[in-house]
Amino acid sequence: MIPINSKITKIVAETPSTRTFFFDYSFEYAGIGQFVMVWIRGVDEIPMALSYKNAITVQKVGDATSRLFEIEEGGFVGLRGPFGKGFTIPKKRENILLIAGGVGAAPLASLAEKAFSEYSYVTIILGARNVDELLFMNRFLQCGHVYITTDDGSAHRCGFVTDVLEELDVSVYDRIYICGPEMMMKKVFDILEKEQALDRAEFSLHRYFKCGIGICGACCMDETGLRVCKDGPVFNGKDLMDTEFGKYARDASGRKKWFL
Amino acid sequence: MVNVTGLRLKNPTILAAGIMGTTGASLIRVAQQGAGAVVTKSIGPEPKDGHNNPSMVKLDFGYLNAMGLPNPSYEDFLPELKKAKQKSGVPVIASIFGSNEDEFRKVAQGLMSGKPDAFELNVSCPHAMGYGTSLGTDSKMVKAVTSAVCEVVNVPVWVKLTPNVTDIVAIGKAAEAGGADALVAINTVRGMAIDIHSGYPVLGNRFGGLSGDAIRPIAIKCVYDLYANMDIPIIGVGGISTWQHAVEMIMAGASAVQIGSGVYEGLNVFFNVSEGINNFLKEHGYKKTEEITGIAHERF
Repeated sequence: MIPINSKITKIVAETPSTRTFFFDYSFEYAGIGQFVMVWIRGVDEIPMALSYKNAITVQKVGDATSRLFEIEEGGFVGLRGPFGKGFTIPKKRENILLIAGGVGAAPLASLAEKAFSEYSYVTIILGARNVDELLFMNRFLQCGHVYITTDDGSAHRCGFVTDVLEELDVSVYDRIYICGPEMMMKKVFDILEKEQALDRAEFSLHRYFKCGIGICGACCMDETGLRVCKDGPVFNGKDLMDTEFGKYARDASGRKKWFL
Repeated sequence: MVNVTGLRLKNPTILAAGIMGTTGASLIRVAQQGAGAVVTKSIGPEPKDGHNNPSMVKLDFGYLNAMGLPNPSYEDFLPELKKAKQKSGVPVIASIFGSNEDEFRKVAQGLMSGKPDAFELNVSCPHAMGYGTSLGTDSKMVKAVTSAVCEVVNVPVWVKLTPNVTDIVAIGKAAEAGGADALVAINTVRGMAIDIHSGYPVLGNRFGGLSGDAIRPIAIKCVYDLYANMDIPIIGVGGISTWQHAVEMIMAGASAVQIGSGVYEGLNVFFNVSEGINNFLKEHGYKKTEEITGIAHERF
């Protein structure tokens, strides 16, 4: 598909570093956790998780996102999607745990709302650098019990999402969903592995995408060869065992870049 | 079993260059899904990021792409090639590119210790300045590059041709004269798409190469013409995603087929196509693929 010409109808400054862009086009049949390719004409096209059926929530990190932040309400971008495999929607009365770090809260807020509306019991651990960067806190608060951590202690508990996770009894959760920076997710992964809960966990990954539709292979993971854009971006924890996850990712040329 | 330039393939489907071939793990996965052989991503002398996105879009009748030869360089790719060789269980063909004979030679030599089963020379990428088609439309360059690589390697050399020429047979002859063991036809057909809402060309590189269903008749005709005029085997590629497509390509003159953007349908495309070819051969009383290679040339 040629990118759909989409008008930005509303821009919401969520935190000092993130903005939500609402479009006049809605991906009604998108699964939660699926992504769209956002074409900022003349610059680049980047993958973004949907934070609502008709919106993406973006952190300014590079050329494309910087240019996107210059576009005002009424401006246009091109959208292709939805692509990839999203989260498994919990069943009625299942007990679920969401772990969100930074802008990783974007796809999980929709999942929290969906799960709440389907009568699941929702617990959220929401982490951010500081109080101002807590994303979608109000959306989460309406869906269940929220634990909050900030790196600098400016709100609630000073520390990381893993500090809370270590104190929870993981065995009570039917499903666990994680989205955030890779090193945060790796620490969560290690805890869940120890608790033998990986098969109940789903992680949303980020890699450099080229085609976005499962053909070129730029986002293939070692050693499974699974494509993050097509077989993911959401993976069951078991599928990430003994992989590059938490160790390295590849840049546009295919060279390994190790996480520090 | 199919024999292509001495390589023994368990079936005639081969993963085309540029598709899921950047890492050893991904090549191994494709082999496990049923490909008879795999071709790596085209590898060059230096790391290259490729063009900005959009680098590939699906159209109603095919795919348009301009990746821009992204690759980690032969030095960084060597461990991936070694891994694929160790664990894929199928022949691994290293696709390479350069801007002249020296670069081609350097990359080929640099990858030899990875023990590729063959090399495929990319003189046909339609959208990377100074590479691919820039060389592949010039018979003298094609001959020079082919003989440069043939001189330094002791495995078969395949040359992948561009359809973006007036006479593909002339280029094929040049490759053969340079020592090519087989020809691979075709690479993508030059193409472009424009977003009418903004006037921007859709691809980051503005133009690129077309693959998929739309180019199958072009590929069939190129393979047909090459078969009629060449003595070395031809590997057919372009728009194949079903066994019927593959049989058609083989009847035009292909000894084996490559599948590229057809993986969009699922990685089981290799298994499905090779099983379909087998069933077709059986139903029609043929024992092997070779018996129908070029059969269209006998039908008037």
